[in-house]
Amino acid sequence: MSNDSQGPMWEVFVQKKAGQPFVHCGNLHAYDKEMALQNARDLYTRRGEGMSLWVVPSAAIVASSPEDMGSFFEPSNDKIYRHPTFYQIPDGVGHM
Amino acid sequence: MDKNRINPIFVRTITLKNMGVVNFEDLFEAKLAKNDMIEPKDWMPENYRKHLIRQISQHAHSEIVGMLPEGNWITRAPSLRSKLVLLAKVQDEGGHGLYLYTAAESLGTSRDEMLDALLTGKAKYSSIFNYPTLTWADVGAVGWLVDGAAIMNQVMLQRTSYGPYARAMVRICKEESFHQRQGYELMTHLAFGTPAQKEMAQDALNRWWYPTLMMFGPPDIESPNSENAIKWRIKRETNDQLRQRFVNQSMPQIEYLGLTVPDKNLKWNEAKKGYDFSEPDWTEFKAVIKGNGPCNKERLASRNKSHAEGAWVREAATVYAKKQNENYEAA
Repeated sequence: MSNDSQGPMWEVFVQKKAGQPFVHCGNLHAYDKEMALQNARDLYTRRGEGMSLWVVPSAAIVASSPEDMGSFFEPSNDKIYRHPTFYQIPDGVGHM
Repeated sequence: MDKNRINPIFVRTITLKNMGVVNFEDLFEAKLAKNDMIEPKDWMPENYRKHLIRQISQHAHSEIVGMLPEGNWITRAPSLRSKLVLLAKVQDEGGHGLYLYTAAESLGTSRDEMLDALLTGKAKYSSIFNYPTLTWADVGAVGWLVDGAAIMNQVMLQRTSYGPYARAMVRICKEESFHQRQGYELMTHLAFGTPAQKEMAQDALNRWWYPTLMMFGPPDIESPNSENAIKWRIKRETNDQLRQRFVNQSMPQIEYLGLTVPDKNLKWNEAKKGYDFSEPDWTEFKAVIKGNGPCNKERLASRNKSHAEGAWVREAATVYAKKQNENYEAA
């Protein structure tokens, strides 16, 4: 990808409103970080989709692998005591 | 023994076995059967990958070449408002091309390879963009009919089985809605304007009707790629089904404008709750796809010219990025 004449690939994250998480919305090519930010604005926020942007070089993303999905996330599968509904609270106590 | 420390490969085998799955091909089929999306790092059959690269890159090329017929009218738009609208629409089409190119890149092809295929004429794009936009009414007809037909196809593709393609389609469909509406609005101005304007609208409809019907591709019985596309849930409806729906949807809009389609055989069929209509000239379709449409050479020449004229920008940007001496690419 880095040899592409269109520049390297970047991942784009948009924050819709202040206080909300940044959400991945797509990717693009750009030669440097300023251009990546400008291209992200032109490509992904033409209709007020966001008020803040992150651009990250795609090569910097580390991802889990789908083949290992079962084993990688398995540790949390049988731990129902991590959820609030696992616990009995007497009715008289009210909302907790 | 701590469950977390079991050899991951062992656990994976158990998980897959529990799912009743013995190999990755079965896992792939199981995902399709459950309407799950396939993601870039998932195992997929080589032919599925190839089919998608071909389809998505052709779709991307269509968006990029599709900027040309309408771009032709930006400098001659009859008002500031219509000029702003047209600029915004053409800019959207460029954006759509970019979403789609990156979706195709997630399958292992590169932007350079795809651009090269387009510029050398190896790649195909939608035959519709090889027709000329002769009058201002054509800008309306393209937005209303051509984008309308594209939406018909793209709404279906929002549920295509390949995740990045589906997500690009969701974004594109949201934006295309404005395209179709601005086109129809333009047509209403002409159709309810002076007799000369109405005539211009009718002339545009006459010329764009059949090329638009061709956009859905050859009839199902002659469509070489349809079977796999349906099997892999890349497409969920056939060319003929989409074409029929497009005609059904368009007729009330055409009648409202007081215009007519250039098809004497077109009539409502109560039994099938849809219109009967004439097939487009498939010989013409094949000729245009092969490169012999009215504007094929012009379109390719325009793309090549602008690509060549942008060469210095790409070179300068590459050198500038190097000079900044900040390696964001991390090999």
